[in-house]
Amino acid sequence: MNVVETSGLAKRYRRTWALRDCNLSVPAGRIVALVGPNGAGKTTLLHCAVGLCTATNGNITVLGDLGAGSLEALERVAFVAQDAPLHKYLSVRSMVAVARNLNPRFDQAQAEERLRGLEIPPDRKVGKLSGGQQAQLALTLALARDPDLLVLDEPLARLDPLARHDFMALVMAGVAASGFSVIFSSHVVSELERFADYLIVLANGRVQMVGDIDDLLTSHAVLSGPAEESDLVGEQFTVVQTRKATRHAEILVRTTGESRLPSGWESDDVSLEELVLAYLRDPSASMLPGPLATNELEVNEVAR
Amino acid sequence: MTIDKEVCEPEAPVPSMVFRLEPRSGVPTYLQLVHQVEHALRLGYLIHGDQLPRVKDVVASLSINPNTVLKAYRDLEQKGLTIGRPGQGTFIEASPETVGLEQLTSLRRSLASGWLKQAAAAGLDEQGTIALFMAALRDFRDRPVESRSARREARQRRVGAA
Repeated sequence: MNVVETSGLAKRYRRTWALRDCNLSVPAGRIVALVGPNGAGKTTLLHCAVGLCTATNGNITVLGDLGAGSLEALERVAFVAQDAPLHKYLSVRSMVAVARNLNPRFDQAQAEERLRGLEIPPDRKVGKLSGGQQAQLALTLALARDPDLLVLDEPLARLDPLARHDFMALVMAGVAASGFSVIFSSHVVSELERFADYLIVLANGRVQMVGDIDDLLTSHAVLSGPAEESDLVGEQFTVVQTRKATRHAEILVRTTGESRLPSGWESDDVSLEELVLAYLRDPSASMLPGPLATNELEVNEVAR
Repeated sequence: MTIDKEVCEPEAPVPSMVFRLEPRSGVPTYLQLVHQVEHALRLGYLIHGDQLPRVKDVVASLSINPNTVLKAYRDLEQKGLTIGRPGQGTFIEASPETVGLEQLTSLRRSLASGWLKQAAAAGLDEQGTIALFMAALRDFRDRPVESRSARREARQRRVGAA
């Protein structure tokens, strides 16, 4: 089952295309990081997935073949928006009551137990909680809906390092206990590796790279050696990025594991951050391995 | 938050080891966990029958992806170092076989009295010695451009063969 599947998805706001020709299929049971610079279309894609906006062109389905935003989908998808929207003047207890009354599937006991564990006082006004606690409260309410897919828009952007750790620990513990899928967007690349196992890179409304993070790292390497041989070596591989000085060159390549390097050249592992930045810098490079066999056709279309 | 939980659940076993992560090391997270278990085995912190920390405890304390922990535990099980008992947890089954202490000592002695001595006499400093040694080691293995997975397999073969 794919938790999110899009074909030719496009979204236009007046004259700007926020998303263009977006083909994705994200397998279930993953923790997916959606990365890209500001204005890349991350929020738009997430909003389309949870049914907060409708596509201009193309299709998007969630959790198998449910239409995004359909009643069945709404019941099984939980969403925490960028600014963790809560009613500031309500107490925590009333906020939980509101969420319970608005959702057909809501486990109040679970929510209250989690809030106790987080030491969030039930009588405090939501507006008086710290930013970290507000984020935890919003997440607790989302988790109490027992979702099959949890969608988080920039969950870490406003949190300090400790609050980030606690917030993600709550998400990860939820995944370990219930096994739901997660999609979260972020423009911070450095911290992704410990949370996510699947990556989508968006730039200018297009999908730049998508795939299992381990596979992506395995299939890339940084080669370093004398600059005058760099063109020669570059011919053997698919080059993503070349950086050259007068004598020394570093080339980020996609490897197949068969080619041999001439002596004097070294091959190094690439870090996720390096890889993402390289693909973001060069919009013409795109890495779209088909995550599923059924998706090959769509992937080829994008690659063209 | 985690501390409270552990107090509330008396059945949670006292963990036999603690994991830590180095985000900047460049080593994949799951491999870091695998290496730490192997290291603890070599040093005797973990012995046969010890239980590894439960997945949900590792996940909550490090705030990492549960799949990563599962992958590390699967890897350890494939190497024959641990065994998973459904519903109970993952337990240490065997220690990795390493080169014997005597052999290590003699190798080390021959390196110090032979090659290292010559390198020092030739005027190489520490960094130069390390660079030269690493380059020679690479030539010795004469590897093609290996992907991470190929290197990993090679490592596993070495562990398996030992």
